[in-house]
Amino acid sequence: MNKLLDVCKILFVSICLFSYPITVLSVESNEILSDPELEERARAISKNLRCLVCRNENIDDSNAELAKDLRLLVRERLAIGETNKEITNYVVSRYGEYVLLMPRFNWLNWFLWLCGPIMLILGFIVVIWSFKNKSKTNDFSLSEKERQRIKELLKD
Amino acid sequence: MITELGHFALILAFSLSIVQMIVPMIGVKYRLGNWINLSSALATFQFLFTFISFVALMNAFITSDFSVKLVFKNSHSLKPMLYKVSGTWGNHEGSMLLWVLILTFFGFLVAVFGTNLRSDFKARVLSVQSAIGVCFFAFILFTSNPFQRYDIVPFNGQDLNPLLQDPGLAFHPPFLYMGYVGLSMSFSFAIAALMEGRVDAIWARWVRPWALMAWTFLTVGIAMGSWWAYYELGWGGWWFWDPVENASFMPWLISGALLHSAIVLEKREILKNWTILLAILAFSFSLIGTFIVRSGIITSVHAFANDPTRGIFILIILFIATGGALILFAVQSHKIKSNNTFSLVSRESALVLNNLLLMVSAFVVFIGTLWPLFADLFFDKKLSVGAPFFDLAFTPFFIIIAIILPVGSSLAWKRGNFNRSMTALWPAMIFGIVIGSAIWVLQTGGRMMAPIGISLATWLICGAVADLWSRAQAKTIKSKIKRILNFHRSDFGKLFAHSGLGITIFGIAAITAWEIEDIRVVKEGENFNVGSYNFLFQGVTTGSEKNYLVTRGDFLVKKNGEEIARMYPEKRFYPVARMWTTEASIDQSITRDLYIVIGEKQDDESWSVRTYIKPFANWIWFGALVMALGGLLSISDRRLRFSAGAPRKKMSSRYE
Repeated sequence: MNKLLDVCKILFVSICLFSYPITVLSVESNEILSDPELEERARAISKNLRCLVCRNENIDDSNAELAKDLRLLVRERLAIGETNKEITNYVVSRYGEYVLLMPRFNWLNWFLWLCGPIMLILGFIVVIWSFKNKSKTNDFSLSEKERQRIKELLKD
Repeated sequence: MITELGHFALILAFSLSIVQMIVPMIGVKYRLGNWINLSSALATFQFLFTFISFVALMNAFITSDFSVKLVFKNSHSLKPMLYKVSGTWGNHEGSMLLWVLILTFFGFLVAVFGTNLRSDFKARVLSVQSAIGVCFFAFILFTSNPFQRYDIVPFNGQDLNPLLQDPGLAFHPPFLYMGYVGLSMSFSFAIAALMEGRVDAIWARWVRPWALMAWTFLTVGIAMGSWWAYYELGWGGWWFWDPVENASFMPWLISGALLHSAIVLEKREILKNWTILLAILAFSFSLIGTFIVRSGIITSVHAFANDPTRGIFILIILFIATGGALILFAVQSHKIKSNNTFSLVSRESALVLNNLLLMVSAFVVFIGTLWPLFADLFFDKKLSVGAPFFDLAFTPFFIIIAIILPVGSSLAWKRGNFNRSMTALWPAMIFGIVIGSAIWVLQTGGRMMAPIGISLATWLICGAVADLWSRAQAKTIKSKIKRILNFHRSDFGKLFAHSGLGITIFGIAAITAWEIEDIRVVKEGENFNVGSYNFLFQGVTTGSEKNYLVTRGDFLVKKNGEEIARMYPEKRFYPVARMWTTEASIDQSITRDLYIVIGEKQDDESWSVRTYIKPFANWIWFGALVMALGGLLSISDRRLRFSAGAPRKKMSSRYE
């Protein structure tokens, strides 16, 4: 009985094994360009390109087929001598801005890019303003009421 | 039966939390002593029942009771015991139960140890804590009930996601939740203080340890998650700026700000309103984090639209908690006044600057995380905001923090002297610059990451040591050391936390700048060189373990002809979940990690192999541990103990 179970198990496992797509590693050895300078540029471009079917992964890190296609596309374009910018623009024209991991600076995204500095400056203004306010309220001179009270006390 | 008991206990705890939210609050208002005094007992029983409920769920997982829907969906009888236990919180419903368990546990701690709190104040704190509890109990019972049963019991379970079957990840959520929920406690204190309209020294003394504890657990939790990603995901990335990571990183940044401003409040009784606001924001960001993770809205707007109940429920909790707290703040904050002054050059100013920079960097992460959602909802634009953006937009603020940190932390309170602080720090600064420039001259290739990062790291570490050293005022080295050993634990906490940050920055800079990657196909018996290491591929074996099949590569690593390691990278196949995972083999040492991943078998019997040399990788997580140790040291400082009335050690050197 136990043997039978084992056989079933092995059968089941092997069915699973063969019916399941086997993972491919991200960048594969046959993709790499022989010119190290071009390869480095390919990596730099890839870093900013999103694997469209994955979750927050660039095409270098992804195992998906689509990412592989994009990697090859980038390298093909590099080989015919296009600049990094031209290649990125080409990919964006095909897949839309969604493919860029680093959004462009434009009418929509200006706040995304500048929110840090804007907040820092605003924060500074608030801090300095409250600092000044504080030194004002900490004026140790007496108010009109207090003067009156002292006068009253001194009368006695 | 036990499962039903757990379900019942959860409903009981829910009912008790409703009572605790209302009754002691009314007691405080109308000065009804008995009503107020109810709160400690209520908190205790709330915790007890939640605990019973959690244990009941864990029991269902351990005994593989597949009549419980949650167990069927997330467990399997062949799974190792450790992952059966961790399966309890390795899913949505169970993790929310863990969340309320920690929440009620903290309430219980306040109830038991809060003997030095005024009873009405304590009742208020516990009521607020219970109000949060009510929200989350309702959330669990009405939208994510872990105790649902099947009528017909399935034969076996569907298994826990194999990626999660890992010790690093098994204990990652509890740590993060301790952090998230720890911030609920400082939130409750803040709200109670606003209701009373006053903040005193005891208040600060209570808030600071909670903030510290939350920060410490978040530090460990985040480091564990990052370490897990490093060895499990297969290419050695350790931080991805993923929304889920950002969800824990934002509360970390804000709780960092909070614990610093709580120091100012405790020492100098200023920044009261600011500290309260930070406490509110810190917990709000915990809730935002929960919302991001639990609703799945960032990963896919469609996932959210398919089942919006949970997301909307958390969104409502978020609005009530944050909105209510901020309205209360607007109405009541004018009553709370801080009267002490400080000069522009002082520890106070430096800490204000620290707070500002931490908040701005948290804000950048916040906007970056939510921007794709915003663009989609309002402009119908599909955008991605990924790692390259965050690297560029976030890093500058942290560089500024690192530059000012050693100076700021050595300034005196109230009125500091910049020149005097710098006398002690010049050597550290010069040393940092020298090391940075040396690296810049020696390294090939023009990456500025290494020189800048490493000089900052040196500056942070040496600055922290120099600060401690200069504060021990004695003539001989021996008596100086004697003095230092008598310093408070929180001073060592500061030393460790700040230099831990330096160590992490060092690791990040080194791994980013100097990593070596090698991708190739090799046949059995072939060898290849990466950096100064020689790898001999000795073939592949296959086998089966309890719940997975394994393909294991065998590599012999030599350096200068001497064998230094055998490495066995694995590929695993989990038949139940039908998933592959890669288990990188990592040979760790202080100066570098060797990292091998085995890939596909090619047509000609060779295997694709990726090899990395990752310099100083361990330093990233080691630094985080040192930071967390700093947090622990600070919490354990006598002066911060909850029982403030305990006899104090005579202070040998006062120098704050």
